[in-house]
Amino acid sequence: MFLINCPFCGERDQSEFSSGGEAHIVRPKQPTELSDDEWAEYLFMRKNIKGIQFERWNHVHGCRKWFNVVRDTSNDKILSVYKMGEKPPVNYK
Amino acid sequence: MPNYRIHKTEYIDETKRISFKYDGKTYFGYEGDTLASALLSNGIHLVGRSFKYHRPRGIVSCGAEEPNAICQIGSKKDVTEPNVRATELELYEGLEASSQNCWPNVKFDIGGINNFISPLIPAGFYYKTFMWPKSFWKKVYEPLIRLSAGLGKSPTEPDPDIYDHKYVHYDVLVIGGGVSGIIAAKMAAKNNLKTLLVDDKKILGGSTIYQNNESIKIDDKLSSEWLKNEIQEIKKLSNLTIKTRTSIAAYHGYNFLLAKENLTDHLPEEKKKNKIRQRLWKIRAKKVVIATGSIERPLVFNNNDRPGILLSNSINKYLDYYGVTCGENIILFTNNDSAYETSISLHKKGIKNIIVDLRKSASSELIKQAESLGIKIYFNHVVTNTFGYRKINSLEIMKLSEDGNTTVGNKIRLSCDCLGMSGGWTPMVHMHTQSGGKLDFRDEDQVFLPKENSEDQISVGSCNGDFDLENIIDKTVNKINKFLDIDNQDYQDTNIICSKENDKRNIWLLPNKIPLGKTKCFIDFQNDSTAKDIKLALKEGFRSIEHVKRYTTTGMATDQGKLSNMHALGIIADTAGVKMGTLGTTTFRPPFTPLTFGTLVGRNVGKFFEVVRKTSMHEWHVENNAEFENVGQWKRPWYYPKNGENMHDAVQRESKAARDSAGILDASTLGKIDIQGTDASEFLNRVYTNAWSKLAIGKCRYGLMLNEDGMVYDDGVTTRISENHYLMTTTTGGAANVLSKLEDYLQTEWPELDVYLTSVTDHYSTASICGPNSKKILNKLFPNLDLSDENFPHMSFKEDKLKNINCRIMRISFTGELSYEINIESKYGHSLWKMCIEAGKEFNLTPYGTETMHLLRAEKGFIIVGQDTDGTMTPSDLQMDWIVSKKKYDFIGKRSLYRSDTIREDRKQLVGLLTDDPKEILEEGAQIVSDVKSKPIDMLGHVTSSYFSPNLNKSIALAVVRSGKTMKGQKLIIPMENKNINVTVSDTIFLDKENKRLNA
Repeated sequence: MFLINCPFCGERDQSEFSSGGEAHIVRPKQPTELSDDEWAEYLFMRKNIKGIQFERWNHVHGCRKWFNVVRDTSNDKILSVYKMGEKPPVNYK
Repeated sequence: MPNYRIHKTEYIDETKRISFKYDGKTYFGYEGDTLASALLSNGIHLVGRSFKYHRPRGIVSCGAEEPNAICQIGSKKDVTEPNVRATELELYEGLEASSQNCWPNVKFDIGGINNFISPLIPAGFYYKTFMWPKSFWKKVYEPLIRLSAGLGKSPTEPDPDIYDHKYVHYDVLVIGGGVSGIIAAKMAAKNNLKTLLVDDKKILGGSTIYQNNESIKIDDKLSSEWLKNEIQEIKKLSNLTIKTRTSIAAYHGYNFLLAKENLTDHLPEEKKKNKIRQRLWKIRAKKVVIATGSIERPLVFNNNDRPGILLSNSINKYLDYYGVTCGENIILFTNNDSAYETSISLHKKGIKNIIVDLRKSASSELIKQAESLGIKIYFNHVVTNTFGYRKINSLEIMKLSEDGNTTVGNKIRLSCDCLGMSGGWTPMVHMHTQSGGKLDFRDEDQVFLPKENSEDQISVGSCNGDFDLENIIDKTVNKINKFLDIDNQDYQDTNIICSKENDKRNIWLLPNKIPLGKTKCFIDFQNDSTAKDIKLALKEGFRSIEHVKRYTTTGMATDQGKLSNMHALGIIADTAGVKMGTLGTTTFRPPFTPLTFGTLVGRNVGKFFEVVRKTSMHEWHVENNAEFENVGQWKRPWYYPKNGENMHDAVQRESKAARDSAGILDASTLGKIDIQGTDASEFLNRVYTNAWSKLAIGKCRYGLMLNEDGMVYDDGVTTRISENHYLMTTTTGGAANVLSKLEDYLQTEWPELDVYLTSVTDHYSTASICGPNSKKILNKLFPNLDLSDENFPHMSFKEDKLKNINCRIMRISFTGELSYEINIESKYGHSLWKMCIEAGKEFNLTPYGTETMHLLRAEKGFIIVGQDTDGTMTPSDLQMDWIVSKKKYDFIGKRSLYRSDTIREDRKQLVGLLTDDPKEILEEGAQIVSDVKSKPIDMLGHVTSSYFSPNLNKSIALAVVRSGKTMKGQKLIIPMENKNINVTVSDTIFLDKENKRLNA
């Protein structure tokens, strides 16, 4: 059970959060210009990394804010937490 | 009655005699006994029958690893517990226990016949035998197997006991109160760290607490005496909490652990009452010290499972801790030094014993001590067979060959009434691996050891593979200082003397002249798997330990293979000719020992089982006899039976009343989201498929919300309250998810939009009045409100006061009737409802529930998201193309509406179905076909909604059918178990296509 450091509320138990999958996937500004394949790439294709992964989490039973998390999926360690719109930390690539 | 309690110990209070019943017979023990020690003191070894062969089995161990002595406690319908280990159960006055898995009783068991037909029950017997004929599985084989399967009996009535949960936070958690755990806890607590020490036993001290061999001393004292002092000292430490009778059940990531504390299981019946029985501790610790010790390994030889055969160290504990000897003529069979401690202890108490040692020779202090006491030792010998049905009475030993692969010379028969075996020690790495830790293998003594890889967790003591006391203490002190980054000097000058083991010889499957097929060398006592089974599995091609385990069921019993897994691995490695360390282990899963459901559930039983949401009108519904339906957490009135009506009759009456005069529905549970901000209109444009910018203030609009994949996600009516203020309604079940999804887009995709969302579902209560007389009822409630179609048309909104309380009134309809929804602050909901009922009396205003609501909307062809849709339906599939804006550049899901898959014409599409026999009601979920003769039958779709319409006097149904849009008028077939129902595809709207009733 993770302890997640919500950037707005501080450290809380995982049960207060819901996971929102891979981070930094930007919704295309002009979806109608995209081919089926390009749209499918946005819609369906997600990474599943063993190692350092960028994820979105929502403090759903707390402040309801979405934020980003850098997690090492090989040992579940959360390496960094940052707000939406902020750039991912450069040391994890 | 025989008495095997041969001396006094400080752990047994002989002034407190306790009577208990075992298998219906009364025995006596003392305070401090476990059920196992009390049985042994009465000379009882035979405690159960094995699972498969029903062989007599006796107590093997003295702790959590016990495979045989599992019993049923109590026999009441509400309080009885199966699979309790007699070795862990503390004795109390009035205890009633019985052996399991035997019939009619443990001494004479019919199932014992399995032992003689055992050559017919090889590994995978069930998989191989019950394969054919296929039809026999469901009706013959499975019921028969179920009859003989399972361990113990479950209670049949609710558990009356109280269970509790507790959350705690500590700097340091120490698991295990043996010598290394006590040292670790002391060091941590003395360094001002808030520390918790847990141990599953009644008292601290582990196995050192009863150690009394003169060759093992600390600071010139017996190690047990030294440890008692340490325990006295740590009890004085203010920031150390000690929890005994508490076992860690699970070790999750981020140092989150679950522990079970036993509070009353050791108390007599009358003292258990009204007290919390067990407490589940949910522990968060910054650092965790694992000091769980190790368990002794059995040895694998022919007939190693007879009652009277125990682990050697357990014989020692029963003797030195409980004062009970397991026999009067004991043989110890070992491959290491620890059995010598037992031997010397037995000798000192005058119990005759001899040692059979696999090793060619050995020369440690302990061995010299045994030799000097004149204890007979057979070096380089192996036990090849044992005898005695209900208890061991003799055994045969033979000399080992040079390489240890076979036996040589003549058999020697030795008589005995008890055999102690010691195959070395297995570190308890369960906690380490449960938390995600990996293992290393140490060839020298064939053990898996924790591979340290975390700053927050450490293993010390014998669970870390340190077996002699000097090693244990020195290493623990060093590791803890480093781990906690402290500089504790308490043990700097501690002087430890102990015997050092110099010689090792490990043979996983001991050699025998008898062919393996004719021996019974048990590996897993509880599941009856033998060395032969493992070898057979390998011969049949199984290689992975995980597969062999499942095929042979080795390690899959309630003891989870605590005694058997290492031997299974060893034999696989030997047979396959690979190194044991390369095989890996099976997964160590929580819980470490079984937990009761009560502990897991805690206080969340009965009315606390789940959150229940009730509307403010709930009491009225109860008083008026409503049957309720669960919708998410909400309790919604389902229907209101009158004068003993059944559901069908009630729904028919309610539906008819709603269309003939007036009906009222509690619509408070619909999700309500308040949307405000200068970009609110733009936001709605993006989340709904239709256009919102031009919606006038005071008007309402129905909206369909898609997922980005183009599939219908939710629907509802949204009202424009003012320029920048909307009130959105969602489905009852979808409210929370819709809010979450909208927040997601607002916060992550469109942060530039000035929009604020607030859930107001609980803030307002809603009464929905429909039917041709609804306007008259509204007029009585709101006499000043102009209800004319010009002033208050369909899909519009007004505000008015009811007895000075503000109400929001929407003229919207989910039934196709003229209909009004009155929203009021929740605290006035009950009053509003009663006033509506009062005002509607003269018009036969009939309360109706969700079932009638579903029927009425189906007559009108309105969909229910989640019933007529299932996450694979586009608006076009629902024949709702009209709601998808062609002009809008973008909205959630738009691009997906013309993916190659979504524009397929043979998608499943929503249609109406009319049965040829208008009285025939279809079953929801029934499959639809066009031809029952072709094989395989082509499935075209399924029925999603089906009702008998009292207003149309015929059966109606909605269904999704492949290419359904083009099939109007076509005949289809619904094949049921005993008949085929003929239907015709129709329009989805069955009633009032022209919307005349909306403006009636």
